[in-house]
Amino acid sequence: MMKKSMLCLAAAVCTVSLAACGGNSGTETTVATTAAETAETTTAADNAEETSAEAEESEETEAAAAGEGGTLVMVTNAEFPPYEYHDSSMTGPDGSDIVGIDVEIAAAVAEKMGKELVVEDVQFASIIPEILSGKADFGAAGMTVTEDRLVNVDFSDTYATAVQSIIVTSDSEITGPDDLAGKLIGVQEGTTGDLYSTDDFGDDMVERYLKGVDAVQALLQGKVDVVIIDNEPAKVFVSENEGLKLLDAAYAEEEYAIAVKKGNTELLEQINSALAELKESGKLDEITAKYITAE
Amino acid sequence: MSEAIYNNFIKDDRWKYITDGLKVTLEVTLFAVLIGIAIGFLVAVIRSTYDKTGKLKLCNFICKLYLTIIRGTPVLVQLMIIYFVIFGSVKISKVVVAVISFGINSGAYVAEIFRSGIMSVDQGQFEAGRSLGFTYFQTMWHIIMPQAFKNVLPALGNEFISLLKETSVGSYIALQDLTKGGDIIRSRTYDAFPPLIAVALIYLALVMLFTWFVQILERRLRQSER
Repeated sequence: MMKKSMLCLAAAVCTVSLAACGGNSGTETTVATTAAETAETTTAADNAEETSAEAEESEETEAAAAGEGGTLVMVTNAEFPPYEYHDSSMTGPDGSDIVGIDVEIAAAVAEKMGKELVVEDVQFASIIPEILSGKADFGAAGMTVTEDRLVNVDFSDTYATAVQSIIVTSDSEITGPDDLAGKLIGVQEGTTGDLYSTDDFGDDMVERYLKGVDAVQALLQGKVDVVIIDNEPAKVFVSENEGLKLLDAAYAEEEYAIAVKKGNTELLEQINSALAELKESGKLDEITAKYITAE
Repeated sequence: MSEAIYNNFIKDDRWKYITDGLKVTLEVTLFAVLIGIAIGFLVAVIRSTYDKTGKLKLCNFICKLYLTIIRGTPVLVQLMIIYFVIFGSVKISKVVVAVISFGINSGAYVAEIFRSGIMSVDQGQFEAGRSLGFTYFQTMWHIIMPQAFKNVLPALGNEFISLLKETSVGSYIALQDLTKGGDIIRSRTYDAFPPLIAVALIYLALVMLFTWFVQILERRLRQSER
């Protein structure tokens, strides 16, 4: 008994799916039993309705994405104060607690484009893959323009200059980049600090943490001898931890830019023109000044 | 495609990240398994002795506490606590930290696996052993354990498979294991597909190899049943 009804059900399902495959042209399958036939007709009708509804919907979303409204997805690694970080006492442009210079710049760009900004927080090394896979529209994460990165993404005009700084413990004998040979270096994985020091001192001397703050923690505990990281976050790390100092001599100089998928010139141009406007109107300096107190 | 492979594995000797990482992963897994078995065996014997005889009350309490804490918290959190808190001010090899963390973690699960094995052996076996003049621990060692081990072998294999894969969270303490090796390549080439797939295939191969060993072992142990 059970088996028979299952068989019936299977047959009905098959017919229905066949009908679905046939589209809405109305061609009838001759093998259909009476019951299945009724089912088929209803489904066909339903299908027709659904398809037209779907079509309308997709038209709407496309229209929304092309014109005003829609979202602009920014991907970043929010462990990088003051460019991007989590601060529960503040509300970022997208309503989350991710704030910082990059976030505000991105918000200004999105505003100019008439879109809503969505910020996604991933690991630094995952930023470019996120852009490449189309999960995000652009990456703003204090990213330096490098040759390897240029192979995969296009960069906007640069919007900030930065230096790679060296953090050591207060009692350290290291005074500058020349003393780094033979020292264990802590970095954040995938950052330029990681790339440069791996090139300069070899793999064995570089320990790659997922967050800058973990590298600093390791430095405080004597697990590494120095930490190489971008200057601005370095300042924050040093001011918040006792027993650390920032060396005056920088390890490397570089410039930050926003990354978009290779070939996405439309978005790139929009970002560049928004950046240019922000620079001209003085808004960029304003944003920077809000997060970086002048020395 | 061949360019992607060149970029991700050949250029700058990047394949070394994978092979070096594999070495670390195997090292950590092997020693963690040994620690896990040692701890698990001890805890299981204490717990089942308490269950059967009511002795070792204090030890049983400590073991229960250990099980509760270890099974109640994520292995990643345990790893970070051991690295950043317990060994907070010591310069210590990350491999050692990982072996200790994963060993202690695995021990808790192995303990319950062993205990279920011991408890699954019929009480009559135990009574028979005792009535033949064996002491409690002799009975345990010569009669209960061999049967228990055979019963739990599949579950034990399962635990070690998950341990092998769990070691991938070592990235958080900058342990350069297999996963991290792939991740480093990814952070250089910005190409997600080749390094991740390569890493996945290696894990898969390791697990398949291991499963095969366990199968052979199971078959050998079952020969006595015929």
